Amino acid sequence: MKGNEAIAHAAIRYGADGYFGYPITPQSEVLETLAELKPWETTGMVVLQAESEVAAINMVYGGAATGKAVMTSSSSPGVSLKQEGISYLAASELPALIVNVMRGGPGLGTIQPSQADYFQATKGGGHGDYHLIVLSPATVQEMTDFVALGFDLSFKYRTPAMILADGIVGQMMEKVVLPPQRPRRTEAEIREQCPWAVTGRGSRAHGNVVTSLELDSAKMEENNLRFQQTYRTIEENEVRFQEYFTDDAEYLIVAFGSVARICLKAIEEARAKGVKIGLLRPITLWPFPKAEVRRLAEQVKGILTVELNAGQMIEDVRLAAGEAAPVAHFGRMGGIVPNPGEVLEALKENFSVNI
Amino acid sequence: MKEEIVIAGFGGQGVLSMGKILAYAGLMDNLEVTWMPSYGPEQRGGTANVTVILSDSPISSPVLDSFDTAVVLNQQSLDKFESKVKPGGTLIYDPSGIHHLPTRTDITVVPVDATEAAIELKNSKTYNMILLGALLKCRPVVEIDAVLRGLKKTLPERHHHLLPLNEQALRKGMEMV
Repeated sequence: MKGNEAIAHAAIRYGADGYFGYPITPQSEVLETLAELKPWETTGMVVLQAESEVAAINMVYGGAATGKAVMTSSSSPGVSLKQEGISYLAASELPALIVNVMRGGPGLGTIQPSQADYFQATKGGGHGDYHLIVLSPATVQEMTDFVALGFDLSFKYRTPAMILADGIVGQMMEKVVLPPQRPRRTEAEIREQCPWAVTGRGSRAHGNVVTSLELDSAKMEENNLRFQQTYRTIEENEVRFQEYFTDDAEYLIVAFGSVARICLKAIEEARAKGVKIGLLRPITLWPFPKAEVRRLAEQVKGILTVELNAGQMIEDVRLAAGEAAPVAHFGRMGGIVPNPGEVLEALKENFSVNI
Repeated sequence: MKEEIVIAGFGGQGVLSMGKILAYAGLMDNLEVTWMPSYGPEQRGGTANVTVILSDSPISSPVLDSFDTAVVLNQQSLDKFESKVKPGGTLIYDPSGIHHLPTRTDITVVPVDATEAAIELKNSKTYNMILLGALLKCRPVVEIDAVLRGLKKTLPERHHHLLPLNEQALRKGMEMV
């Protein structure tokens, strides 16, 4: 099935309580598949096409405040519209899953694949000091698996999570193994697992209040310090990445999402000609695998980042590599996807290797 | 085994669905598969193409710059993909509407007049299945039985009465090579 369809199946099987979205290419199949599968008749999951992206993210905000597992999905221009709500979710320490199947920007741009929302996803996007946990799938199987992973991490740290996919992995079809159906949590389970949630006062002396507003700046600083503490814990525990052919690598490519697979093909061709290139694929874009980049930078003669943008992740790679290795960038923009041959050319140009 | 295939033609010729049926057939044969469409506005009338990879080991890139086999259904697609067939590879084309014939001699070039054959079968919608039959005769990467099982899985039940016609079209395509 398509990556977008896999997201829909995985959400139902996770036992998600609600999906709120608004159609936009190249991710409309998420909403379409949910509408076809009619989970409201089976698990009771709510699926709602909102009147706009802004409405959808605020429905997520409301659902998340009650401790429900809720999500939304969109593509780049739509995700820009959601940024205010995402900042509010982060400030209110609410779990939620946001899927961005990126297309070429800026503006309405094109409907073809892109990775130009890396800065937006990993550096904030909305206002204020906050982070999302950002997962980058490279296969349709990961599109499936990261729904559960995203929800689980999001509930564990009470921080919204984002699946930052691109048009390739959203639109392509591959084999996929779907997880077993999990029941949705009962109201009692939600009350127990999410003591902060707005579930009615019950036997508590005061009802819970979910808000991002705190007019006392001393208290707001305390809130910020608590958020930062959570982010440091996430950075310590949740870095995920995959390495390919790095053991003996003399040069390194760093790439994420489907682009990492294009690079892998280029590396296979280079290795067939005796050029030792390795690949580091960050799976969590935030927290970024800084230590791994640093370790490999000390091993290799040069690093190339390959991205569908003008050079965004390269800033994190440079920060991590420091002076240990030179870092260059190769990218295509506006929806153009490079093929493995172009990646080989970029390696030749930047590192004067014979391939 | 690894077969990297591109199918290209006008939107509406059944390019994407032909690729999809091939990918499902690979799935039925327990192969690794990727199906990567051009999903742009070309789906609605311009040129459309799809890359299908079938392999017995995990597949890296779904995006390719050269192919083992190309199936091209119009002049633009022939112009675009003839040079991208690997030496020793296969180029299958429908000669209807082709003015500049393929010129390469280091690949196997196979004309299949599927437009004419579909008229003989009295159903223009059999067009892509005739070509798929021809493709499988040239490159037997999956069993015809796997294609039929794949078809059964992709076709909604209300269209299952069309399965025999599709099988007929597949076999006709195989005979034409």
